[in-house]
Amino acid sequence: MPDKEKKTGTNISRRSFLKGVGTGTVAATVAPSVLIGSEKETEAQAGDAVASATIQLNINGKPYQVEVEARTTLLTVLRDGMDTSGKNIDLTGAKLICDRGECGGCTVMVDGKTVYACMMLAMDAQDTQITTVEGLADGDDLHPIQEAFIQHDALMCGFCTPGFVVSSAALLSENTKPTLEEIKVGLSGNTCRCGTYPFIFDAVKSASKKM
Amino acid sequence: MASWGEASESRLIGKRIPRLSGRDKVTGKAKYTFDINRPGMLYGRILRSEVAHANVVGVDLSEAEALPGVKAVIQIVEVGNKIRYQGQEIAAVAAETDDIAKDAIRLIRVDVEELPYVVTEEDAMRENAPQIRDDWAGNQSNPNVREEGDINAGFEQAAVEVEATYHTPVQTHVCLETHGNVAEWEDEQNLTVWASTQGVFGVRDDLAGSFNLPVNQVRVITEHMGGGFGSKFGPGVEGRRVAELARITGRPVKLMLTRKAEHLVAGNRPSMTQHVRAGATSDGRIIAYDMKGHGTGGISSGAGFQAPYVYHVPNRRTERVNVAVNVGNQRAMRAPGHPQGAFAMDSLMDELAEKLGMNPLEFRRINDPSEVRQAQYTLGAQEIGWHRRNSVPGAGKGVKKRGIGVGSGQWGGGGGRGTQARVTINADGTVEAVTGTQDIGTGIRTAIAIIVAEEFGLAPTDITVKVGDSGPGLRSGGSGGSQTTPSVAPVIKTAAAAAKQKLFERIAPQLNAPVGDMRVGNRTIYVVSDRTKTIKWELATGQLGMESISEGGEWDEELRQDRVAGTQFAEVEVDTETGAISVIKIVAVQDCGLAINRLTTESQINGGVIMGLGQALLEERFMDAQTGRMLNANLEDYKVPGTFEIPEIKSIVFDTHRKVTGVGEPPCIPTLGAIANAVYNAIGVRIRSLPITPDKVLDALAAEKA
Ligand code: FES
Ligand code: FES
Repeated sequence: MPDKEKKTGTNISRRSFLKGVGTGTVAATVAPSVLIGSEKETEAQAGDAVASATIQLNINGKPYQVEVEARTTLLTVLRDGMDTSGKNIDLTGAKLICDRGECGGCTVMVDGKTVYACMMLAMDAQDTQITTVEGLADGDDLHPIQEAFIQHDALMCGFCTPGFVVSSAALLSENTKPTLEEIKVGLSGNTCRCGTYPFIFDAVKSASKKM
Repeated sequence: MASWGEASESRLIGKRIPRLSGRDKVTGKAKYTFDINRPGMLYGRILRSEVAHANVVGVDLSEAEALPGVKAVIQIVEVGNKIRYQGQEIAAVAAETDDIAKDAIRLIRVDVEELPYVVTEEDAMRENAPQIRDDWAGNQSNPNVREEGDINAGFEQAAVEVEATYHTPVQTHVCLETHGNVAEWEDEQNLTVWASTQGVFGVRDDLAGSFNLPVNQVRVITEHMGGGFGSKFGPGVEGRRVAELARITGRPVKLMLTRKAEHLVAGNRPSMTQHVRAGATSDGRIIAYDMKGHGTGGISSGAGFQAPYVYHVPNRRTERVNVAVNVGNQRAMRAPGHPQGAFAMDSLMDELAEKLGMNPLEFRRINDPSEVRQAQYTLGAQEIGWHRRNSVPGAGKGVKKRGIGVGSGQWGGGGGRGTQARVTINADGTVEAVTGTQDIGTGIRTAIAIIVAEEFGLAPTDITVKVGDSGPGLRSGGSGGSQTTPSVAPVIKTAAAAAKQKLFERIAPQLNAPVGDMRVGNRTIYVVSDRTKTIKWELATGQLGMESISEGGEWDEELRQDRVAGTQFAEVEVDTETGAISVIKIVAVQDCGLAINRLTTESQINGGVIMGLGQALLEERFMDAQTGRMLNANLEDYKVPGTFEIPEIKSIVFDTHRKVTGVGEPPCIPTLGAIANAVYNAIGVRIRSLPITPDKVLDALAAEKA
């Protein structure tokens, strides 16, 4: 994403700030845009009027009417959004972990393909079918990959698990018999800090036998 | 004397049992703190400093306060206060949406007068470096010197000597769920907090103190938690401030740290640099060890490390200092001080062995006082195929060269008193186990169910386990130091045994048998001397009527064991053209005591190995000396292991006795040394600074050629 420089009420640009620091004592008036630096800067200007619209999203087979701003991501809608009747959507399975398309914690399927929901604008998800981890099971019957994750203990803290489950399900829908290398490639967009990878690989292999 | 019984008698304990929270976690139903959505909830954000060292001259909140949707803005630093590192908290806001909160913190104006700073140890230790701590001359703590034996006499006996400098950089925890809380005031006197924490009672007590409330008017809940690794004790600044925001606004507020803040202020593993000179006798004994080292834990202290490590060194002198830099503070991280110490020591061991012309494993056998590890060496060497290693390091043919190495570790993990628990049997046959511990991903919830189910002849899924809530007032310690299972399991076991005893007493008249003669079978209770006398579980509990049985337990030292040993072997392949290292296989032989659940124990070992691998090959916090900022406070430039880095891992649960111990930390220790030694065995050039990245490999190979 382009890094649009913001100058909200500042009399010092980032460049002159960077030049000024690290060279001994400098008295600098540091305005907030500089202070908060690399917080996402592509967002709407603070205080700007932000355009919003009511859109329809199809999530796990159900239609939702939601009011979103142009900058609202699909992930924000799933997790924090409200439909126009005032009900929380509350699909919190997908997680925000890195906030920049690096960890796969927010993985959902859009028209059957995995996407990072933190990187997709909600408005761009109109006219698609969105499947989240909550929508994988068929009622009480878990998807084979979910069952395999449980049996193989492919989860510890479980915070990364929804992302891995969705990515694994997508991988298996495209390749029912992946090799270990193909599993590693298929899940390379997901990160787990607890180190569940070996058992995730086992789970995918074992689920693939049932596909 | 209490005991866990024989393995042959165990139906559940020691078996591989899927965790109880599995279903909720794979369906997205599991609610972490980050997922809590309370009615009317606001979103909190913190404005943090981007400068490393400054005096605060002015703070103006007015524009932020005026932004529509903003409900509260609070100032955290006062004018005249000092900022001492990037990421330090300046102000906090609560707003109707997270996006508005983000906008609002941009509208806060902060004027600072920058001060000179140092963010690397080299800079901090330079002569004429800016002094950043009034109490430490030269930015260094007083040296901590320890001596044992006679070091000069030791060196006189030495046939060979090695002198080397080993370094490990700062590593950050990278909890995937960042630190954070949701705070909600029921009224002015009652606070509920959902906390991403390793210690619900620690958070409760801290908040009660901060708000001057009796402890029983603060309730802390941690149903599920997305990783802590030592960094999540206490509410932190963010926890206290979110409670304040909730109080001011009269609404629930959620405040989770950003990924960037998580790197900057939520803790890290200190760095280590040690200069060692060590000697060994011609018959292979390390005889003298002289170490001078330092590390940084940020602006605070706490940069300790183990040196020497696990092997017996009779004559030694060690000197350590902490170096202060203008960077966020360290916190305990998975086996604090051990992995870095183990890397240095295991590298040194191999270097000494080579000088002696000895097999490094033989050299370890001579110097390792642990009988457990002696047995583990044999087992691990077989598993990895130790005989396949290059007898001449680097002698392999071709561009891609393989090597094998070994490393060792030691941990406590014996648990302690301080856990209260209740096991309740209801008349309808349902069973509940309640305690104030928290399941941070280790699987303690399932371990509790297994222990109770074993005691009652039921299945783990029959047991309702309630943990992660201070509400019931059953205290337990924080989940740190690999103490959870050895602290909690004995209490659960004795509580369940007491409840069973009570149940037996109640049904003794009906079965017409002495209590001592009664046993549980599969959902039944029977009499040993007369097998015709049995009663089904639900019928037995049906006798209880309105009086459920509810028993507490006692911690029993006999049920647990302290001190665990571990050994790991690594096989790596190094591409001598690109410098890329792939770890082919790790054999982890981990002393586990009695593994209540073998499946989750294996998960713990895998996880430890993978974190150790990250530290060995990938992870490093980069500080920019020019700007005072961290350069890789994100997940693409700060690299943690992903699928491509994962080797074949053979996790061996080395359970030689029937007493429980903790294994959360120990498996991450030996990995570093094993990998570093394997890399040396592959390429014949030693890299003494972690992480061993391709550029270091290529530099080392080039230097060797030159
Ligand atoms: S949170 Fe979306 S990829 Fe990391
Ligand atoms: S299970 Fe904890 S991050 Fe993957």
